[in-house]
Amino acid sequence: MALIHKATVMDEKAMQQALRRIAHEIIEHNKGTENLVLVGVRRRGVPLARRLQAYLNEIENTSIPLGILDITLYRDDLTQRTDQPEVRTTDVPFSLENKDVVLVDDVLYTGRTIRSALDALMDLGRPATIQLAVLVDRGHRELPIRADFVGKNIPTSKTELVEVRVTEFDDAEQVDILENSVQ
Amino acid sequence: MKTLYIKGGRIVDPAEGLDKIADLLVKNGLVYKVAPGLRPPPGSEVVDATDLIVAPGLIDIHVHLRDPGQEYKEDIFSGGRAAAAGGFTALASMPNTDPIADDPAVIRYIRSKVEQAVVRVYPIGAITAGLKGEMIAEMGRMKKAGAVAFSDDGKGVMNGNLMRNALSYASGIDALLIVHEEDSLLAAGGVMHEGPVSSVLGLRGMPAAAEEAMLARDIMLLELTGGRLHAAHLSTAGSVELVRRAKAKGLQITAEVTPHHLLLTDRAVKNSGYHTDTKVNPPLRSEEDRQALWEGLLDGTIDAIASDHAPHSSDDKDVEYDFAPFGIAGLESTLPLMLDEINSGRRKEFNIAMLVDKLSAAPARILGLPGGRLSVGSPADVTIIDPQRSHVIDTAKWYSKSKNTPLNGRRLTGAPVYTIVGGEIVMKEGVVPE
Amino acid sequence: MQALRRKDILGLEEMSAEEITLVLDTARSMREIIQRKIKKVPTLRGRTVLNLFYEPSTRTKASFELAQKYMSADSVSVAGTSSSLVKGETLKDTVRNVEVMGVECVIMRHPVSGAAHYLARSIEASVINAGDGMHEHPTQGLLDMFTIWEKKGRIEGLKVVIVGDVRHSRVARSNIWGLKKMGARVVISGPPTLMPPDRAELGVDYCPVVEEAVEGADVIMALRLQKERQESGLFPSLREYAELYGLNARRLAGANEDLLIMHPGPVNRGIEISSELADGPHSVILEQVTSGVAVRMALLYLLLGGVKEE
Repeated sequence: MALIHKATVMDEKAMQQALRRIAHEIIEHNKGTENLVLVGVRRRGVPLARRLQAYLNEIENTSIPLGILDITLYRDDLTQRTDQPEVRTTDVPFSLENKDVVLVDDVLYTGRTIRSALDALMDLGRPATIQLAVLVDRGHRELPIRADFVGKNIPTSKTELVEVRVTEFDDAEQVDILENSVQ
Repeated sequence: MKTLYIKGGRIVDPAEGLDKIADLLVKNGLVYKVAPGLRPPPGSEVVDATDLIVAPGLIDIHVHLRDPGQEYKEDIFSGGRAAAAGGFTALASMPNTDPIADDPAVIRYIRSKVEQAVVRVYPIGAITAGLKGEMIAEMGRMKKAGAVAFSDDGKGVMNGNLMRNALSYASGIDALLIVHEEDSLLAAGGVMHEGPVSSVLGLRGMPAAAEEAMLARDIMLLELTGGRLHAAHLSTAGSVELVRRAKAKGLQITAEVTPHHLLLTDRAVKNSGYHTDTKVNPPLRSEEDRQALWEGLLDGTIDAIASDHAPHSSDDKDVEYDFAPFGIAGLESTLPLMLDEINSGRRKEFNIAMLVDKLSAAPARILGLPGGRLSVGSPADVTIIDPQRSHVIDTAKWYSKSKNTPLNGRRLTGAPVYTIVGGEIVMKEGVVPE
Repeated sequence: MQALRRKDILGLEEMSAEEITLVLDTARSMREIIQRKIKKVPTLRGRTVLNLFYEPSTRTKASFELAQKYMSADSVSVAGTSSSLVKGETLKDTVRNVEVMGVECVIMRHPVSGAAHYLARSIEASVINAGDGMHEHPTQGLLDMFTIWEKKGRIEGLKVVIVGDVRHSRVARSNIWGLKKMGARVVISGPPTLMPPDRAELGVDYCPVVEEAVEGADVIMALRLQKERQESGLFPSLREYAELYGLNARRLAGANEDLLIMHPGPVNRGIEISSELADGPHSVILEQVTSGVAVRMALLYLLLGGVKEE
């Protein structure tokens, strides 16, 4: 089985525009940023949350806290995987009590990762609200979960793979669609 | 008149200085003639021994038959069949039974039951009453009842004065003492050899000094009293050296070694992951000790090879290491293991004639038994060996009731094919009929 | 390295530096959970663990039980009695019961060296050795290393001195293997009667004089002295032991400024270590306890978190 590149659906510029738009929507929806905190989901939710944080700080001339969430220990597929995921540290160095939390991830797909992230967040405290921001929503939900802020809706088939690439981990800043091809 | 004709084998009889292709004729259970080109009388049973070795019957002078008292581990009948399967025509049984063979009645019980065994069984009596190391047992009366030697095997005689008296007393009745050399206080509850491996495994160790100190004491006592002493299962380099020097001094001392001490070291405890089949007393020692045992065997310091067959049921052995009893079962593996050593060529000086000496002639000499040679008129106890036969140690197929050996699964070359006791074939091709 | 490719944790002798590093890394993530208000993650929901203790233990058992609770595993604790004289249920029979109960991991403490190997050989469930006789206590070794690593930022290049009854100590053996694999230098000190009879394979230096042994030490571990060692004649009296080998401030003058003082507990105050040291600024004895829970959570995750490969 090999992965074949099908299309680049967002380039660096498109990503910037989408995130900037999301930043404005967040401010509008929350009527400011006073009670706002950001939490990025490891791995690629973290750099996206950082970019979002920069836009929010710039627009509102403020300093919004950013936390990092590792959801490995909350996954519902641990007992089905043979490749055991590596546990990394959750780092949320501020209180979530009564905060408006914006959870940031790269791709919303089945909803299972977000379900795990919600559990993980709840164990850290009791926020006033939790909102979800994702760069890409590709459909195929398996749980009743939806995003509050979406960079781009991309209809996909289940055999396709959406890959968000960020310069922190990859050699580019773009969103690709790949496809599994069975030889 | 029943005759057995063993045709064309290589007769290896070190006691008679014989090593040649010849026929062997047995009449009435005795050796009748050994010569090339014999004609079998009509009606003789014929064994074709072409390419096989025909040796005087092997004698295992150190066997625990567990009978009476622990027949679930072994009894005279099963132990006898195991011996026959392993190529032995005779064995000497140790007295640590229940009741202990420290009394003529127990010796007589064993002698009476020996009828059931397919091989010859010679009982050994205890040196001290109840193996307690407190009072000398009735060695004279036991000897009259048929005990061939005396031993407190399983432990050393700790009381030096008692040992002196036992040696002295035994010399008066021309009795041999077989001594398990171990200072139990120095051994200090150890379960394996004390050394780097025990230090890593966290198991209590028995230092080599626990054996050597006791052997040194007994050699000094032997010098004092005169008499005869046979050191059982030597396991350390120091012990070999002590016996070597005692022999040089002209003392009447003999010694034996087991195949497991010749082939294994304390690493086996670690490599097996604490498997209790490696728990044996004396313990498997270091590689230097093992090499010294071979040297001693080859230069004649060590007279005999004995199995120290110590059968234990799997229930007894399948426990935590500290709780398991000591012992390795070996009647059915001793000869194949030693034949394989010859075939492997690992020891150049080690050959068939030497092996037959260590397993037949020397044991007979040490215990003063008939056999150990194929001279005309001697009992026709014969072991026929195929030195090229492939053999796998497979305890599942053993006649012994117990399967405790760390050597299970070894692939070897060389095995006995016939065991003949008093002219009767008791084992053929590994099968011992009921 | 991302996953432990092994069924059991029997000792640090058989673990590689990579495996140890993975455990320590994972333990660091686990420590974050212990510091939360809600100390619970759902990771091992529905997995069953048995704590089988054939020897009394307070802190190791509590530490394992907390780790199981924090990871949401279901666990049962059983106190066994083990002796060749007292005829109770044999370990073999206990093991068979464990198998049919569907337990996936057994934590066992046992007075006989090698008992964990015996158990691991006999069952399909994972076995974590919580101390076997005088052999190893791998989770203690790992938590000690985790404590050092957290405090010093490294293990490599440190000089660690273990003082006391090394001969009978499973804690010492596990630390010796683990620390050496991670690049530390290990020196042992104490009376010769309490040293392993042969140190060749352990690869440690021995210095009988404590003052000399601790020269330039980064870490000093005191071991618990069992009273029965005196009764069996390995040293003349507790008084003499304390005077010659007990750790106190004066004796440690030659050690490094940022010295760590450790003890696996329970402490015999005034015998192997003075109260002044045990409670002083260099002591990390209480941190060791916290590290214990984190390390055990990490091991439970690494052994039970994935599906066993067939």
